[in-house]
Amino acid sequence: MSYTRPKFRHPELIKNKLGYTVDYYEGALSTLCAGCGHDSISAGIIQACYELSIEPHRLAKLSGIGCSSKSPAYVLSNSHGFNSVHGRMPSVATGANLANKDLIYLGVSGDGDTASIGMGQFVHVIRRNLNMLYIVMNNGCYGLTKGQDSATADQGSKNKTGNINLFEAIDLASLSLELGATFVAQSFSGDKTQLVPLIKAGLKHPGFAFINVISPCVTFNNNVGSTKSYDFVREHIAATSTIDFVPEMTEITAKYDEGTTKKVKMHDGSFISLNKLSQDWDPLDRLSAVTAIHNARAKNEILTGLLYVNPDCNDLHQMLRTCDKPLNTLLKSDLCPGASMLNEINADLR
Amino acid sequence: MSLIENKVNDFVVRFANVNGTGSASANFLFTKAIFRMGIPVTPKNIFPSNIQGLPTWYEVRISEKGYLGRREGIDFVVSVNPQSMLNDVQSVKAGGYFLYDSSKKLHDQYIRQDINYIGIPLMLMCNEAYTDPRQRQLFKNIVYVGALAALFEIEFDVLEELLGEQFKGKEKLIPANVKALKLGADYIYANFKYPLDIRVERRNLIGNSIMIDGNSACGLGAVYAGATVAAWYPITPSTSVVEAYNAYAEEFRVNKITGKKNFAIIQAEDELSAIGMVIGASWNGARSFTASSGPGLSLMNELLGLAYFAEIPTVLIDVQRTGPSTGMPTRTQQSDILEAAYASHGDTKHVLLFPSNPKECFDLTVDAFDLAEYLQTPVIMLTDLDLGMNDHISEPFEWDDKREYNRGKILDAAALDNIVKFGRYLDVDNDGIAYRTYPGTHPTKGSFFTRGTSRDEYATYSEDSGAYKRNVDRLIKKWNTAKDIVPAPQVYQDKNKSEYGILFFGTSQCSAEEAIDLLNQKKIIVDAIRIKSFPFNKTVQDFIDSHEKVFVIEQNRDAQMKSLLLIELVANHQKLISVLNYDGMPITAENIFNQITNQILSLKSSPLKEEANGKKNKQNSITN
Repeated sequence: MSYTRPKFRHPELIKNKLGYTVDYYEGALSTLCAGCGHDSISAGIIQACYELSIEPHRLAKLSGIGCSSKSPAYVLSNSHGFNSVHGRMPSVATGANLANKDLIYLGVSGDGDTASIGMGQFVHVIRRNLNMLYIVMNNGCYGLTKGQDSATADQGSKNKTGNINLFEAIDLASLSLELGATFVAQSFSGDKTQLVPLIKAGLKHPGFAFINVISPCVTFNNNVGSTKSYDFVREHIAATSTIDFVPEMTEITAKYDEGTTKKVKMHDGSFISLNKLSQDWDPLDRLSAVTAIHNARAKNEILTGLLYVNPDCNDLHQMLRTCDKPLNTLLKSDLCPGASMLNEINADLR
Repeated sequence: MSLIENKVNDFVVRFANVNGTGSASANFLFTKAIFRMGIPVTPKNIFPSNIQGLPTWYEVRISEKGYLGRREGIDFVVSVNPQSMLNDVQSVKAGGYFLYDSSKKLHDQYIRQDINYIGIPLMLMCNEAYTDPRQRQLFKNIVYVGALAALFEIEFDVLEELLGEQFKGKEKLIPANVKALKLGADYIYANFKYPLDIRVERRNLIGNSIMIDGNSACGLGAVYAGATVAAWYPITPSTSVVEAYNAYAEEFRVNKITGKKNFAIIQAEDELSAIGMVIGASWNGARSFTASSGPGLSLMNELLGLAYFAEIPTVLIDVQRTGPSTGMPTRTQQSDILEAAYASHGDTKHVLLFPSNPKECFDLTVDAFDLAEYLQTPVIMLTDLDLGMNDHISEPFEWDDKREYNRGKILDAAALDNIVKFGRYLDVDNDGIAYRTYPGTHPTKGSFFTRGTSRDEYATYSEDSGAYKRNVDRLIKKWNTAKDIVPAPQVYQDKNKSEYGILFFGTSQCSAEEAIDLLNQKKIIVDAIRIKSFPFNKTVQDFIDSHEKVFVIEQNRDAQMKSLLLIELVANHQKLISVLNYDGMPITAENIFNQITNQILSLKSSPLKEEANGKKNKQNSITN
């Protein structure tokens, strides 16, 4: 890790639609280990927000506890952040989102934070289709406590101390598909080309967007025998498609061969453009996505890309029929029935 | 003569029913009729943790003198539950009455020589009068209310009026109910001497009071307080808080044209999640709350610590029940005090509020939001099952339309533009309360990282001992600020009259006040104070300082309030004497009276006597 970040920026950095250069989206200096996959994902978040021309203060970043959950501090310093407690980010994000539907919510979690201590909240935030992007930085181990296996470590994989993991791994992508998540993607921290469009699409998805990002732990889980190491992942990765996220109605289909391109229209008029590498899979069909993941696992492959999306979903606010204005902007005049009504209530109780 | 007079408007009726048989509305009809006749009345549900089939009791105390606590000694039992009949027969006071379903002959084991039996063939009458099996079951309850009306001289017009209100919009149901009432009354007129020596007589003692349960009052208070996000997990006895909030919000907060709601309610997956949602919503500038009970409070500990340390307003209504663990889920206790006061690991303290009646449930719920937002900390309201789930006579609710919500110290975009550097945890006003910002306020100013980890004044992560200590010391400064802001206790006397004081809170109020009268009748004078909040303000310390002995009345085994007083105030351990009740039933005046008189007797016969007397003389000389 570095202790200082040079202030110098290339004078010709390109400005986005808001007039900001990419450095405007940076956060505090990372205190994670040098080479940590999480920092690459953070860089992807910065790039995605920059490319989407998001006002940083209109985004709220939330996390739980662990290496991954520290990372929101390293992006978007003009955003409010909330580093909550272990495994409880989904509930805090739910409350925050209920209070103000107008902000963008980015949740960052880890495999321990999500698949173990936070499993209860994770599955329920999916059920509620909370409008947020939920990224798991998945390294299969507990870094801050020095490398214990997590619940996503593959059965039979070997950690740094040589212990073989005895237990079946929890596959978060399959699980979220089963639970009805409306946007499920999987990626690798070392594949920025794939990751950035996925993050952009996830941020724009009008419901719960889940991205499981395999993010090797360089210190505790990058050894031979680990299925979450850089080498293993690079050798076993299989992509569903190449993806591009197009914020507006720009036609870019020409890039791809006829018949292999799938365009998914989002609510705000933007597109996800997928160049399908796998022909036996349809990103709008939950069943085919489930099958594709299972097939990949059987072949010892990690399937990446946008696995499933349902752009026409109702988020929690729509299900609850909350008012159009954010609840945190309502005034006493909107909320308090007043004294004369209370007198009527009293009369009914006599 | 005196016997009859004494028993007018002064007796206890206990209904022994089977859970899930529709007895609740009939029993409430009985209570409400007495209330409408201007007579003080207090009902208590004694019910099982069960949906259908187990015994449930409904105890109604009628008190001309306005004593609304529970009273021992049952004058009249309405027995419609064979399962509990043996115990129910035994529970009648000598000379009392036992009303039972005489459709079948009463077995010898139920016969006592010292009580009076009123047999009414409820089942046979209903089978004859109604054909629908459900009606036969339901109207048995109304038939016995009609019989009681005849026996106690409850005004029939009042009962009919109440039925009219109950079935407003379903008027078809009224005649069948009136018929059932008349069936019961006519049977009494034809077969028994009436009225009884215990009976009611119209009075004008209710004034403009209302009758409502505490949980509904809390739910209504949350609507008036402007709460927009409620997150909860079902748990007896708190469930009806959010249900009431929902019902009132559906009435007052739904746009009539669009159907859209100015509120959001989430039934969470557990209490951890419920309080997490409250914290998230409050952090983001909405007024938010949850309601729970002991087991939920245990689960919420972790996140309460986060809210305390990260300084996020959090409102939690804890309707206490009998612990520990699952305890007796449908019985009352005041046993979450220490758990709530110091919830979570590390050095934590939380603001507590102790309502005693429905009006205070309403008022303190509203106050809880103002306090939580002003102090940026959790506020836990400690009500209990007795207050929350039973109907109580209460002063009517009041609302001042000029009252504004106190949202606390919040910087908006304009305010941020006027400061050089925003420090989330800077003690600008020297009261321990720093300024906060809502997410999304300003493009470049006011953002910060909220965390449960240690941080400096500018919210930057820090493991520096100095920064840590400055922060936790500021939290204590804030705590001291709170002492002058939280609701002050009720002190019963302008000037002390006794060396003895009694201290109580919450639902012990009615019985404690009655006990004061009982003690006065025995020429024992006591001063009294009722605590409404924690941290304790100076009045509480003064009350303890200015009495030789203070009896601390509370409804738990371990004298938790006494412990809290000893921890937080300066007091001699022996000065505070516990008066405890922890069997799950609401405390009675008789119980308080007996414990206090026994303690005073033993004080006078023990070596403490000289000390007490000596100080008494000294005190007398001061007060004289």
